[in-house]
Amino acid sequence: MSVTAMLQELLIRKKSAIVDKWVKIFLGYYPAESLKFLASQKDRFANPVGYTISSSAGAIFDELIGDSESSMTEALLKDVVRIRAVQEFSPSQAVRFVFDLKGVIRNEIRKEIDWIDCRDELEVLESRIDNLALIAFDSYMESRERLFRIRIDEVKARSSEAAAENGGVQNDSHVKRNG
Amino acid sequence: MNVIFSLFAILIIIAAAFLGASVPRLDFLFGVAIPYAAITIFLGGIIYRVVKWSTSPVPFHIPTVAGQQKSLPWIKDSPLESPHNTWGVIGRMALEVLFFRSLFRNTKMEMKNGPKLTYGSSKYLWLGAIVFHWSMLIIILRHLRLFMQPIPAFVLGVDGIDGFFQVGLPGLYVTDVLILSALTFLILRRLTVPRLRYISLSSDYFPLFLIFSIAATGILMRYFFRIDLVNAKELAVGLFSFHPVVPQGIGVLFYVHLFLVSTLLVYFPFSKLLHMPGIFLSPTRNLANNSRMKRHVNPWNHPVRVHTYEEYEDEYREKMKEAGLPLDKE
Amino acid sequence: MAGPKLKPEELASKIKYSLPPKGWMDQPVEFKEGTFSYSGNPKNIEYMDLPNPRKWQPTDPDWKLPENWKEIILEGLKDRLHRFRSLQIFMDICVRCGACADKCHFFIGSGDPKNMPVMRAELLRAVYRNDFALAGKIFGRFAGARELTLDVVKEWFYYFYQCTQCRRCSVFCPYGIDTAEITLLVRELLSLVGVNIDWIVTPVANSFRTGNHLGIQPHGFKDSIDFAVDELESITGVRVEAPINKKGAEILFITPSADYFGSPHYYTLLGYLALFHEIGLDYTWSTYASEGGNFGSFISHDLMKSLNAKMYAEAKRLGVKWILGGECGHMWRVVHQYMNTLNGPADFLEEPVSPITGTRFENARSTKMVHICEFTADLIKNGKIRLDKGRNDNRRVTFHDSCNPARALGLIEEPRYLIRNSCNYFFEMPENTIREQTFCCGSGAGLGTDENLEMRMRGGLPRANAVKFVKEEHGVNFLGCICAIDKATLPPLMEYWVGGVEVGGVHELVGNALIMNGEKERTTDLRGEPFHIEGNWNAR
Repeated sequence: MSVTAMLQELLIRKKSAIVDKWVKIFLGYYPAESLKFLASQKDRFANPVGYTISSSAGAIFDELIGDSESSMTEALLKDVVRIRAVQEFSPSQAVRFVFDLKGVIRNEIRKEIDWIDCRDELEVLESRIDNLALIAFDSYMESRERLFRIRIDEVKARSSEAAAENGGVQNDSHVKRNG
Repeated sequence: MNVIFSLFAILIIIAAAFLGASVPRLDFLFGVAIPYAAITIFLGGIIYRVVKWSTSPVPFHIPTVAGQQKSLPWIKDSPLESPHNTWGVIGRMALEVLFFRSLFRNTKMEMKNGPKLTYGSSKYLWLGAIVFHWSMLIIILRHLRLFMQPIPAFVLGVDGIDGFFQVGLPGLYVTDVLILSALTFLILRRLTVPRLRYISLSSDYFPLFLIFSIAATGILMRYFFRIDLVNAKELAVGLFSFHPVVPQGIGVLFYVHLFLVSTLLVYFPFSKLLHMPGIFLSPTRNLANNSRMKRHVNPWNHPVRVHTYEEYEDEYREKMKEAGLPLDKE
Repeated sequence: MAGPKLKPEELASKIKYSLPPKGWMDQPVEFKEGTFSYSGNPKNIEYMDLPNPRKWQPTDPDWKLPENWKEIILEGLKDRLHRFRSLQIFMDICVRCGACADKCHFFIGSGDPKNMPVMRAELLRAVYRNDFALAGKIFGRFAGARELTLDVVKEWFYYFYQCTQCRRCSVFCPYGIDTAEITLLVRELLSLVGVNIDWIVTPVANSFRTGNHLGIQPHGFKDSIDFAVDELESITGVRVEAPINKKGAEILFITPSADYFGSPHYYTLLGYLALFHEIGLDYTWSTYASEGGNFGSFISHDLMKSLNAKMYAEAKRLGVKWILGGECGHMWRVVHQYMNTLNGPADFLEEPVSPITGTRFENARSTKMVHICEFTADLIKNGKIRLDKGRNDNRRVTFHDSCNPARALGLIEEPRYLIRNSCNYFFEMPENTIREQTFCCGSGAGLGTDENLEMRMRGGLPRANAVKFVKEEHGVNFLGCICAIDKATLPPLMEYWVGGVEVGGVHELVGNALIMNGEKERTTDLRGEPFHIEGNWNAR
């Protein structure tokens, strides 16, 4: 189901304000001393965290209010969540930024909601955001699982090295890992 | 808290000078005794520091290399980023000391976020730093005018260039404007960028405020509350030629200025301002990248425990024999 | 980090001007799994004669330090101030300009302000001011002084084992302040009271005893090399010689032990073996000096010296003319900047001359050890080997400058020359992420352990991010490098952040492209993968 025209138009008009606020809240999870760097350094190679977040936020928002369902959102969301998954966040903190979007939107269009009466449409939008949150949670788990798999691989590689230490050489260890 | 502490310290120093210099009998103290003491501490302190640094040896040859090494003759090396001889090192140090090469590195920003023109704050750091330091140097040089009679030609030259625009009367020095702007920028930068505020200590704000006050009192004297320049020069020349005299009626502002300068001189050898002599001794910059061409000697290269081949073979002789590896002792 | 109960708008208002409620000195460190390495195994600490062997972990409240730990550390610091001018200068002249702040990969990837290089150094500087500087003694905290407490020790452990000694910050510092030097010296201080990590201590003990970090004994070493010789024969049809501990050989070849035991290092080893055979090099391997790397250099100058001593000792014993060194990062920092000072002069060796081309390696005339990339570049330039670039057509290659070869040696063009002569498809990553500005793999200096994985992923993000860019832009599927730690830790980094990018050594690419005399008809590279992939990546 798509977000109907009236709300859509409103949101397109408010896009930059909403996205800006959303990104701000997102970066607000980082220590204040680093925030300015994350927010202002625009070079995507000097500041991958800030870049990923600020470049993804707008695109995710576009797709959210757009008509077409596409998988871009998922990929973008994954990029963001992958970063959160290795930083010091609890799972809820890591995906919380998706829910934050609800508050930001409601806040930004608080006045207009009464005028144009789009409560139902808003509900649709919010359920879409809930969906995003589910995807974010899946991505978080996927990232964590990938981390654990990497960790297990490393431990395995090490234990075959340990076996070699005792003279019992397992020369196939390298073959195993590359398969 | 660090900012307030520094600001407070500066205010106390200014107040002390103001009150002290207002008492006529203390002219000698503020005009002669304190400046001499300050100069002595400044020179003595720097010499002490540099000697202290020099007595610690440079045990290892650890230049930070920032360009292609000199290796095979057909590979173009970068003699200033990876100098392989003394000339290269001199060039590298000159770039560093005169033009702040490493800070300038920050300006290289490519692949911007979309078509939007963006900038790195670090470029401004370079600009602020270089404007401040060069202005400071020129101002010091042109002050020699007050200390020397006759005035050397190069001092007059510097003076002429600095006052080139000939705006206002007395003529406006470009460096006066530049140094205050640069200092304001450097102070604001520390106050407004959170990560800089986080790392900044009182000892980062204090010298900025101090130099700002020196420049400000200097400017006030020149353009607003004019002092008796002839008398001031008499005092300065007297100090410089070790025949101190204390002329009357120079003006309190002058003594405040002089006291602040004395404070800076005393503060210098105990603070981060030591970066001025220190950079010349920094082993990552003042050594050539010729580590494999020439042996560097470490004076305290003490012996350490090693595992010799004999011990190694003793431990593994049987296994080595079995594997068909050659042995020193059968 | 913000509490979970704040509403977005409250948060937003909080962000604007929020400054830390307390200064950095009052925020004690918290050890979270995934962000630190486990403590050194007491058995190996004892074996290496290091102080205070015991069982403990960083998460324990009591670290069981010796009673006079404070005295030991302060005495140690005093001693080092007298022995290292670098330390004196770096303690005294930092102006906290902040140029280094955003240059550290750990800061970029974690956002933790104490990962700014200036802050890392301040952790030591604050103690230095408190106990060794006049201003600090008088003005205390106002002058940025802080007393050495157990919390400070914990903080040191946390943050100085979050520095990979990559020296990127030192390039940008106007005074060249070198955090790697400070990190190494603080690690020395910590080690004095028995605070160190197992990922360093155990390889050090292994290397001391068996000659290599992995603890492979001489017969195991021989098996490994023999196995590689067999495998190379099955791939190329050429049987190569790989002499071990051979007295009177012209050249001693030393490479990190991971090359003959890790993956994907192994394919680089195959490349070496093929190359040496093809040019008919008179060389030998050594079991005693079977490690190029030097984990001792991650923890103290003395251990660095102790492990490094084997190179010259073995060269002398075997009577070789000079030493050739394989692809490795920190090994080359030690060889280039420390070895001759620590264990030289190497007057029993000769100035290195390539026996194949007659080229004199002037830049190594005193240390008498040549980098394999210098050696091979010279071979190619003189037309001594035949390379078929098409054999790497399954690879779209980018090159990661390893920190130490780039910032300690300036070995920048040599590996690129090898790649360009071995591959048809080579793409550079963005300029501010390569050469002297290269980003670390995030796992160097002994931090490449699995328990530290989250921290490694954070630290490696800037590197991975640049690789991802060239992957998307040019279809890059192979990340070349000349460092054993890179080869071990970039694959997981790629797996996590990028996907679909293999990691390998430059001499693997050379080995792939090398046309050998008497080889069988070749269709696969050293990994057993076909030379050409159908439906290759289409340029945009």
